[in-house]
Amino acid sequence: MNQQALDPITLSVIQAGLQQVCDEMDLSFSRAAFSPVIAEANDRSDGIYAAEDGALIAQGAGGLPVFVGTMQYSTATLIRMIAEGRAAEPQPDDIYIVNDPYLGGTHLMDVRFAKPFYRNGKIWCWLSNTGHWPDTGGAVPGGFSASATSVEQEGLRLPPVRLFKQGKLDPEIYAIITSNIRVADQRIGDVQAQAAALLVGEERLGELLERYGDDTVAGAISELRDRARVQMGAFIDAIEPGRYDSVAYVDSDGVVDEPLAIKLSVTRQGDELVFDFSGSSAPCAGPMNSVRATTLSSVYLAMRHIFPEVPMNAGAFAPLKVTGIEGTFLDAQYPRPVSGCAAEVSQRIAEAVFAALVPALPERVTAAPAGTSGNFALGGHDPARGRDFVMYQLSGGGYGGNADHDGLANGCSTIGISKAPPVEIMEQAFPVLYRHYALHEGSGGAGKHRGGFGLDYELELRRGSARASFVMDHGRFGPQGVMGGRDGAPNKVTVWQSGKPHVPPHLSKEQDIPLGPGDRVHVRTPGGGGYGDPFKRDPKLVAEDVRLGRYSIDQAKELFGVAVTATDFTVDEPATATLRES
Amino acid sequence: MSGTSSGAVVGVDVGGTFTDLVELDPASGRVRLAKVPSTLDNQAFGVLNALREAGCDLQTLALIVHGTTTTTNAVLERKLSRTGLITTAGFRDILELGRRTRPQAYGMKGEFRPLIPRDLRLEVPERMDCDGLVVTPLDEDAVRQAAQQLVDAGCEALVIHFLHAYANPTHEQRAAEIAREVWPNTYITTGHSLLSESREFERGVTAAANASVQPIIDRYIRRLTAELKSGGYTRDVLVMNGNGGMVSAERVALEAAKTVMSGPASGVMAAAYTGRQAGMRDLITYDMGGTSTDVALIRDAEPTVSNEIEIEYAMPIHVPMVDVRTVGAGGGSIARVNPAGLLEVGPESAGATPGPICYGRGGTLPTISDANLLLGRLDPSRLASVEGVSLETVTKIFQSELGAKLGVDATEAAAAVIRLGNTKMAGAIRMVSVSLGADPRDFALFAFGGAGPLHACALARELGIPRVLVPSRPGITNAIGCVVADLRHDFVRTLNTPLDALDPADLHEVFAAQEAEGDALIDAESITLSDRRHVHSVDMQFIGQTHLLRVPLERPDVDREALQAFFEAAYYKRFRVKLDNIRANLVNANTSVIGTRAALDLSTLIDPAGRKDTLAQAETARRPVYFDGWHDTPIYWRDHLPADFTLTGPAIVQQMDTTVLIEPGDRARGDAQGNIIIEIGATA
Repeated sequence: MNQQALDPITLSVIQAGLQQVCDEMDLSFSRAAFSPVIAEANDRSDGIYAAEDGALIAQGAGGLPVFVGTMQYSTATLIRMIAEGRAAEPQPDDIYIVNDPYLGGTHLMDVRFAKPFYRNGKIWCWLSNTGHWPDTGGAVPGGFSASATSVEQEGLRLPPVRLFKQGKLDPEIYAIITSNIRVADQRIGDVQAQAAALLVGEERLGELLERYGDDTVAGAISELRDRARVQMGAFIDAIEPGRYDSVAYVDSDGVVDEPLAIKLSVTRQGDELVFDFSGSSAPCAGPMNSVRATTLSSVYLAMRHIFPEVPMNAGAFAPLKVTGIEGTFLDAQYPRPVSGCAAEVSQRIAEAVFAALVPALPERVTAAPAGTSGNFALGGHDPARGRDFVMYQLSGGGYGGNADHDGLANGCSTIGISKAPPVEIMEQAFPVLYRHYALHEGSGGAGKHRGGFGLDYELELRRGSARASFVMDHGRFGPQGVMGGRDGAPNKVTVWQSGKPHVPPHLSKEQDIPLGPGDRVHVRTPGGGGYGDPFKRDPKLVAEDVRLGRYSIDQAKELFGVAVTATDFTVDEPATATLRES
Repeated sequence: MSGTSSGAVVGVDVGGTFTDLVELDPASGRVRLAKVPSTLDNQAFGVLNALREAGCDLQTLALIVHGTTTTTNAVLERKLSRTGLITTAGFRDILELGRRTRPQAYGMKGEFRPLIPRDLRLEVPERMDCDGLVVTPLDEDAVRQAAQQLVDAGCEALVIHFLHAYANPTHEQRAAEIAREVWPNTYITTGHSLLSESREFERGVTAAANASVQPIIDRYIRRLTAELKSGGYTRDVLVMNGNGGMVSAERVALEAAKTVMSGPASGVMAAAYTGRQAGMRDLITYDMGGTSTDVALIRDAEPTVSNEIEIEYAMPIHVPMVDVRTVGAGGGSIARVNPAGLLEVGPESAGATPGPICYGRGGTLPTISDANLLLGRLDPSRLASVEGVSLETVTKIFQSELGAKLGVDATEAAAAVIRLGNTKMAGAIRMVSVSLGADPRDFALFAFGGAGPLHACALARELGIPRVLVPSRPGITNAIGCVVADLRHDFVRTLNTPLDALDPADLHEVFAAQEAEGDALIDAESITLSDRRHVHSVDMQFIGQTHLLRVPLERPDVDREALQAFFEAAYYKRFRVKLDNIRANLVNANTSVIGTRAALDLSTLIDPAGRKDTLAQAETARRPVYFDGWHDTPIYWRDHLPADFTLTGPAIVQQMDTTVLIEPGDRARGDAQGNIIIEIGATA
């Protein structure tokens, strides 16, 4: 790249321009996609990557957070495989497809497209995007098998192959894919949308280069990367040097009923942060393994939640060093099953980062959010409509209290940004009837600023038969409170079969629980962790929460040391003083 | 009633800072204008002040059309009537839980206040299923008790919102009947009555917003009409709705939620009207103010109307509204150099207080407005009247806060602020237009608001928009929108049927019923119309998709194959994707019944008698203005420009309510309606 000195003003303008290219790719992908996971939930991301090493140049602001770091690894792997002759040489207008988790991915459902961007006959950069496909084959519809023990049971695994060759869809490769996935007839719409987004990016990036000149933009990219590193470094510089430790637990892997530990120690070394995960649990039998790209991406997305100001490019990640994952479940190798990595393990990694850094950055970092995607799948047969169905209920939970205020109720997962489907839409589509959909009372972790409340829902199968599966987490341990705050309430699942309660042995994970008409599923999602000493919470706020039925009078007393009068919900000041002294 | 033909028409718009008024007498062409401070506690004072200031004669006025921010402010500031909710057992928290979102993608913080607090949300046994069949019968005693409990708790308005009421509203209707027995007033909103489609959170919030502003707008409009009446006014007051149409004052409170976004909608209506007269039917409107910028799209002289607007985080108000998108950048956007040494503009804003440095209200951080001043784009001599601030003060701050860190002088720093600010605004405008399926290069930019015409040429160049239209009175465009707006009633009916299962006769019946309902409402209004139109469209999707695409229909009597073909064509146009083997779903059938008023001549908004014969005579001064270097630039007074002037930039056209910047190489001309049309040159 041409290293001419660039003025900061041109740099700022080119930075905004590159961002715009990616934002437009994101928008184009979502608007044209069929799958609600992409169209509504924005479970996708688009970006621009360096020709030589796949390093992130820019990424759409509306992309799913968990993809913040993954595509640069998948692009890097593709570039390396081409150089080594393990993937086909690219031609202009080719688009590669790949979903192999071990080649810089997440789980199989996250399908990446990559397109070389040519200038004057040479690859100038790569455009790539990821979209979550609703199904890629495997043992269970949707791919989230709670008891898979190898990746083959999770679905079709694609190495990087050119799905589009010089602009034309290869019907043979496409036929192999559609023969191995469910509801294949609608996939063509998503494939076209995913490819069209890259075309939009190509057009816009071309315009940017025409306007400012290839060398100027190349120089700007290099300079922007340096400056993002400097900016992240400046934030890190404000952290008191030292070592910050935390542990976060995944309930179990779904197969062996034992917690998996993420042990993290963060050390500031100069203007770098070293995230050492050594001592974390070994790779597990069930699907709660993470792959390297997802683990790194989870650290990056956690840091981006803490420092949203830093622009997203490879430079921002450079001062963040991740070590000690080799041999742990955070760097699983083929054929370990990985379907839980993007939805659950990634959130637990982020929780470990938050928990470690709260003491260092108390104004910025929140107590632990609910941290589970709350994946409940119900598959069965609807006799009234004479068809099979697969339904997903993803749910939110409470966010952590923080220095500024209480946590938000029913927020989206740490790694997502998607809306939950309305109850009315779910009942239209599936033979279920919700009995309630309510605030999970008492679930917010107590604190000076309490955690937000989780969700409490119960639904009933109206007719036919079905099987329920759960891939959730935080059933054993609630989201962590910090600075003296208490943990949020854990996730609770109860299945009522013929009037008798059944609690999954792994609490948050189980597969294929049979349901008949009238059987019910009751889920309470976690509340966020509390922030600061609950005995320092303004007693009036505690009384207000009691008045609104968010906590009981007993909880106010036990958790917050506040005596609330039952008749008018005022604070009994003397009794409160006594409670808080003891 | 003799209608609008005899006597003057007044449009009055209450904005956050100013109340603007325009009076137009179609017979004589006489125009009166006023701009007075808004009185936000009781907007009626400001309206009456404006009428007085302009010298309007209330006794001879034919019509007053009013745009108001009363309901918008009430919702955004949560200054709402005490409102209670009666809802399906198990579901009172829907309004608080929302759709499991957070305010921004990154940063796990955020707060949300539901419109109705939890203790005023009561549950009663009842349940419908999605087919509208009763699962649990309505417990009428429970409804009676709940209503009484809410009355006792001091509620003034009531929402009755049951699951699946769009499929079968009988429980909601019966509950409303029972509640009326104990409720002390008529402020009862049922969920299905405003929005008869599924999605319980959006429908519930829409109903809650309606109920909680209903007493407020009702009281306000009653007070206003009473004041006007005592001043001798005898005709109707019409109120602008967010859909860009007007309704009579008597009806406005019934569907109070429709008045949210009344102000921005009227600006867009003025743009559509002006564009139609100027022969520019495809416009992007650009209203730049102090803290934010409103952008909307007009295609074939019709503003884009959406029923899926979210007016702030987790606050969807799903009634038809002109699709105005707000971008968080305005004259007050703050510029700074970040720790990486890069310039940033916004999203923080100095707002109205302390405001930009040049306001002299204590602002000390460089903003876009200050940059315009340093570059001579705004008149630096205006600082003479601002206490405690001189050009030197502004220069010093730009030098120390920006220039020193970027290695440039204050002027270059200011130029950079403008350049980056424009790049960001252009990006936001592009996202708005792209998300609505339009390529900005096919449009003209309609610039209004206090700061819009200052940035319009640069933005148009950045976006590849070939021309800019600056109306004659950019600072009172919303009030003009009130004067020219049509009567309008929108109807949406959810069918949600695969095309192959649709009986076209059912669709035709829906359209006919919608037309009849709209006609009846328009017949009940007392103003004279020149034309009446029925506009039909359908919202469709490929089976399996979730997003909808609106497909306009030229006639209502379409068959299935035509619908599929229209949809495929619209889809290809929008996404450049052909999907031959997938059938479509028809989700909504829409009809708008529009009563068009007699055309008004806007050419007298600038007094023709005041215009000079030559361009030279309109020149008031020259000053150096910075565009990639300093240019000696003529300053013209807008009201003095010859009607058919032409000029080539650089030039500045100054007027009472705004400054129009014409960049070097851009060619400007006046048209017969008093607009300035600027053709954008290839380079600045």
